Amino acid sequence: MEKYLYIALFAPIVGSLFAALFATTPKKLFVGVVTSALLALSWFASLKLLFYVNGETVVKAKLFNWISAGNFHLDFGFVADQASVIMMVTVTTVSTMVHIYSNYYMEHDKSFNRFFSYLSAFVFSMMILVMSDNFLGLFIGWEGVGVCSWLLIGFWYHKEDLPREVYPAISPSWAANEAFIMNRIADLGMLIGIFLIYWNLGSLDYDVVFAHVGSLSHTTVVLIGIFLFIGAMGKSAQFPLHTWLADAMEGPTPVSALIHAATMVTAGVYLVVRSFPIYQTIPEIGFIIAMIGAFVAVFAASMALVNNDLKKIIAYSTLSQLGYMFVAGGLGAYWIALFHLMTHAFFKSVLFLGAGNVMHAMHDELNIKKMGALGKEMKWTMIIMTIASLALAGIYPFAGFFSKDKILETAFSSHHYILWAMLWLGAGMTAFYSFRVVMLVFNGKPRYKEIGAHPHEAKWYAIAAMTPLAILAIIAGFFEHDFVHYITEFLPEYEPHVSTGTFLFLLVVTLGIALGGIVFAVLKYRNNNLKDLFEGTPIHSLLANQYYIPNLYEKAISKPYYELSKIAWEKIDMKIVDASVDGIAAIIYKLGGKSTAMQSGNLSKNLKWMVVGLVVLLMFVVFYKPGM
Amino acid sequence: MITLTHYLVLAAILFVIGLIGVIRRKNLLLLFFSTEILLNAVNIAFAAISKYYHDLTGQMFSFFIIAVAASEVAVGLGLLVLWYKRNGTIDLDSLQEMKG
Repeated sequence: MEKYLYIALFAPIVGSLFAALFATTPKKLFVGVVTSALLALSWFASLKLLFYVNGETVVKAKLFNWISAGNFHLDFGFVADQASVIMMVTVTTVSTMVHIYSNYYMEHDKSFNRFFSYLSAFVFSMMILVMSDNFLGLFIGWEGVGVCSWLLIGFWYHKEDLPREVYPAISPSWAANEAFIMNRIADLGMLIGIFLIYWNLGSLDYDVVFAHVGSLSHTTVVLIGIFLFIGAMGKSAQFPLHTWLADAMEGPTPVSALIHAATMVTAGVYLVVRSFPIYQTIPEIGFIIAMIGAFVAVFAASMALVNNDLKKIIAYSTLSQLGYMFVAGGLGAYWIALFHLMTHAFFKSVLFLGAGNVMHAMHDELNIKKMGALGKEMKWTMIIMTIASLALAGIYPFAGFFSKDKILETAFSSHHYILWAMLWLGAGMTAFYSFRVVMLVFNGKPRYKEIGAHPHEAKWYAIAAMTPLAILAIIAGFFEHDFVHYITEFLPEYEPHVSTGTFLFLLVVTLGIALGGIVFAVLKYRNNNLKDLFEGTPIHSLLANQYYIPNLYEKAISKPYYELSKIAWEKIDMKIVDASVDGIAAIIYKLGGKSTAMQSGNLSKNLKWMVVGLVVLLMFVVFYKPGM
Repeated sequence: MITLTHYLVLAAILFVIGLIGVIRRKNLLLLFFSTEILLNAVNIAFAAISKYYHDLTGQMFSFFIIAVAASEVAVGLGLLVLWYKRNGTIDLDSLQEMKG
């Protein structure tokens, strides 16, 4: 079985290196085909492992002895247990479909080959992240996905910077740097967490760490939990490190679907789920995580209510759903977090791919106010996006219903009624903004004629790549029972305990607000109405400007930091560091100039200098006593 | 009674005389003389210390120095004669052909 583990892990990097061979050459179709095929191979191997792994058998593989220094030993080891196998299957399923889809989306791009190289490299890093059997390996994958994310957000790096007032995301390369730097901040927290683990337990292997976490003092575990979660906050874009995710939409849409919706951003949730023995012992930190999650769930959903950028709306929705996952993880319902992660990966990636179709049809126009009536031209895209939106809104029998409902139930049954109310409100907003998109893009009058667009349906293989994901978005929820059975062999069991009456009440209330949101959106935007909620009021501009948080960060952090750097450069670097180095050089240069007089070429003078040297050496011999 | 110290003092005095000669004299021939004084000062010291320690190594070394000094003077005087024939002077300050 180790064979399959290696295939699942290394097939993507083979594809990436293969594509890299042609990186600078014009588009070659076989590059896309080969990388997609290798991803499919990785997917197949992951499925094999999925059916092989169970309570008794876990596949482990040690590649080689990685670090051996003093008392510190670490193998480059991988493990396929229930949690990592679920992630592997989710990642490879979405990646395979996104690779196939990218053959359509990037078909006219001059850097077609380079794109596939990056995309496969990303999948490889993600596989290291989920399959590693120790924290350091996870960190390597963590950084790897960060680098690939940077490369892919900035894929169209040649676009010019625009002022924030004109274009909030400024430019792809700016957005890429923002994402990378924000993640650096969080990764420092994560590194400190890892150091703390090693310092206190002397090992980084999951097995050893989780077996001995009980022997640590409570304060230490709390610190470890906090620092690891800071790392998770960066990757999963939780408040206050959330601004990069919306700007990351500058990357090509398949990248948004794969990295910024389905896989990389959920790595933070995976970290919390993976480290459940740590978080189980510190429920108070778990509760803080849940509070942050619930806050982000509502906060991000509110920004999505009035935004006009198709991809940004979906990005905020991703943020909001990540908040839901953290609520489940924080409250100890680890399998529910993982379950929502999985269903979300399916419906959110397909929602993004649908947005990609719309973007192609609209010649990269993203303003949903300029679309309308695209349903006539793009029937399949409309059907798939509607399915994904229903799943996102949490309507029975779509996948989102099962997982999101479980999270709400968890919050309610653990008596966190405020958290529940926030999530409930978030569910209503989710339904509203999802169907606002559907209504404004696919219904109403064809406003796209004003900007001279000629929409067309995507090619058949793009739709074919989306179909499996759309089907999963419908049916994934029905696997809940098998999923629970499978995953609770590894993760702790958790079942929200509510009486049947309360359960039905919750079901009705939750479904009610979701349906209410949908109906409200449909009614509001029905007759080609373009007026948004709160339009013309300060609330609208507050939401549309992301609560002015990007402006605040720019004014309160970026600008002062820039000024500080300038001072450091002009005052410290130029005046102290450079000046002292230059000073030493100048002294030596002047000394050299003066001492050329010694080299007169006159033998008699040379002899005198020789005598001086002799006297100095003699003095040295006479007066120097070693050891004094 | 002449002790080792006396020999060494003599050697030191001779060495200083030689050294002053090397520094002060501009005549190339006298420079050679000074060099010989320097070398022989060292020879005296060698011989005296050799006797003091009952070890012949020092005296052997003196012989080597005498041999080397003789050959050095032979070569040096040859060059000196050549230089005098060409320039008509053996003043040290005239030896400045390589000055850049």
